[in-house]
Amino acid sequence: MHIGKASHILPSEITPRGLYLDRRNFLLGGAALGIAGGYGGSAVAAPLQAAKSPFSTDEKPTPLKDVTTYNNFYEFGTDKSDPAANAGSLKTSPWNVKVDGLVGKPADYQLEDILKGMALEERIYRMRCVEGWSMVIPWVGFPLAELLKRVEPQGSAKYVAFETLKRPAEMPGQRGVFQALPWPYVEGLRLDEAMHPLTILAVGLYGETLPNQNGAPIRLVVPWKYGFKSIKSVVRISLVEKQPATTWSQQNAGEYGFYSNVNPEVDHPRWSQKTERRIGEGSGLFAARRPTLMFNGYAEQVAGLYTGLDLRKNY
Amino acid sequence: MAGAVGARRESPVRTLVLGSDPVRRAIYIIGAAPGLWAFYKGLTDQLGADPVATLERLLGLWGLRFLIIGLAITPLRRLGGPNLIRYRRAVGLLAFYYACAHLATYLLLDRGMDLASIWADLVKRPYITVGMAGFAILVPLAVTSNAVAIRRMGAAAWQRLHKWVYVASALAAVHFILLVKVVPGEPLIYATLVAILLALRAVFAVQKRVGRGGRTGARATASRMR
Repeated sequence: MHIGKASHILPSEITPRGLYLDRRNFLLGGAALGIAGGYGGSAVAAPLQAAKSPFSTDEKPTPLKDVTTYNNFYEFGTDKSDPAANAGSLKTSPWNVKVDGLVGKPADYQLEDILKGMALEERIYRMRCVEGWSMVIPWVGFPLAELLKRVEPQGSAKYVAFETLKRPAEMPGQRGVFQALPWPYVEGLRLDEAMHPLTILAVGLYGETLPNQNGAPIRLVVPWKYGFKSIKSVVRISLVEKQPATTWSQQNAGEYGFYSNVNPEVDHPRWSQKTERRIGEGSGLFAARRPTLMFNGYAEQVAGLYTGLDLRKNY
Repeated sequence: MAGAVGARRESPVRTLVLGSDPVRRAIYIIGAAPGLWAFYKGLTDQLGADPVATLERLLGLWGLRFLIIGLAITPLRRLGGPNLIRYRRAVGLLAFYYACAHLATYLLLDRGMDLASIWADLVKRPYITVGMAGFAILVPLAVTSNAVAIRRMGAAAWQRLHKWVYVASALAAVHFILLVKVVPGEPLIYATLVAILLALRAVFAVQKRVGRGGRTGARATASRMR
């Protein structure tokens, strides 16, 4: 299996300092997340210790400003600037993640308990949105496989289902007469996709805990699939036997499928997927689109999961 | 509608671009401001993370807004409001200029003049086909938006041609609906406005016909037989 070049850039070197407020205690993983917050909210991001990973790309990460102000998080509104503006109201502490279903050791974890003994890694991943834009994001997290191993999936488990929270009092996009999507937001992966070393649960970004608009305090990142599969602000992970429902498929089954692997050969019904615009790339208004890569450039690592699968039928 | 040609004869191009009276001039200048401001912000990295998409959206929105304002002028007058017909040309041309800028942004900045991908978009993406069709309709309307054209075509033919703005506006609204991921939202508001304004024109047209039929006599009969 090809292993990408390790990045030699420290998280602190990438992040522009500028607007940060007073720093909290320097902590390892766990307890730091008790004070996770967004740049739009009242809490302050805390630094995270993370080891380098050979899975990181050496492409230039997207500026922090773009990563934290250009988001699709419809629970906070459907404009790209809505999550940064509105996500401050989300209380990310205390935070529970229920892990259940076809497992030997189901549990209702406090976030701090999940992170106890979990070695955090920095994973600089490409992220490709189905809308045709992309970023390079330095996440901090751990392999989902590590958490799943703890709860001991049973032999009958074939899929992993994920759920975001439904809290209309704190999430303006979940209130009102017209709802953009059915809530709570749900997603799913095949078990082998979930166990793949590339798949992580992220708790930080640019060396600090996640801002609310990026899916604080814990979210999934599956870099070879379209961004909407990387469900944010996870509250429940279930091991199940049948392919689980996913929100965008419910919204429009003809346009958004279960797999949603990044694939330039399979167009979205309404627009092409052959190219993408890399956000924050030098010349702004005059930046050219770039060709989209099969599996978002992670073909060597993940193509083997799909041998024999018709990727056009199983979009 | 025929523009007021004053004692002073301006060049037709100047008239087309700047209007032949101060109010029209102001409309063009104020109307163009949002587009110029957006472009300036794009050049100075103030349009956010995806400036091309944002600029494209802004220009398209303003084109749609001016189309709606133009459609609202006659209903406004009919429903007892002020008569702004003399400014409708400026409004219509502004809509066209924004549509041009929106198209140019798409061709040059978004697609980088990649003709193959543009053609693929045109034939495979309904929202692009619909948008292009709407633009194509606006071209003859813009070209004939002057006194010379009205004289050459004759008022009746000119008015029939310019009724095509209803189709262009509907196509623009559909173009917007087709390109967003979730429908409750902005596109629905614009589509509703266009639908209301088109419905009003339909109502007025029916009223007109009923009015004519209500009168007795040769004139009414002749018009019914036409």
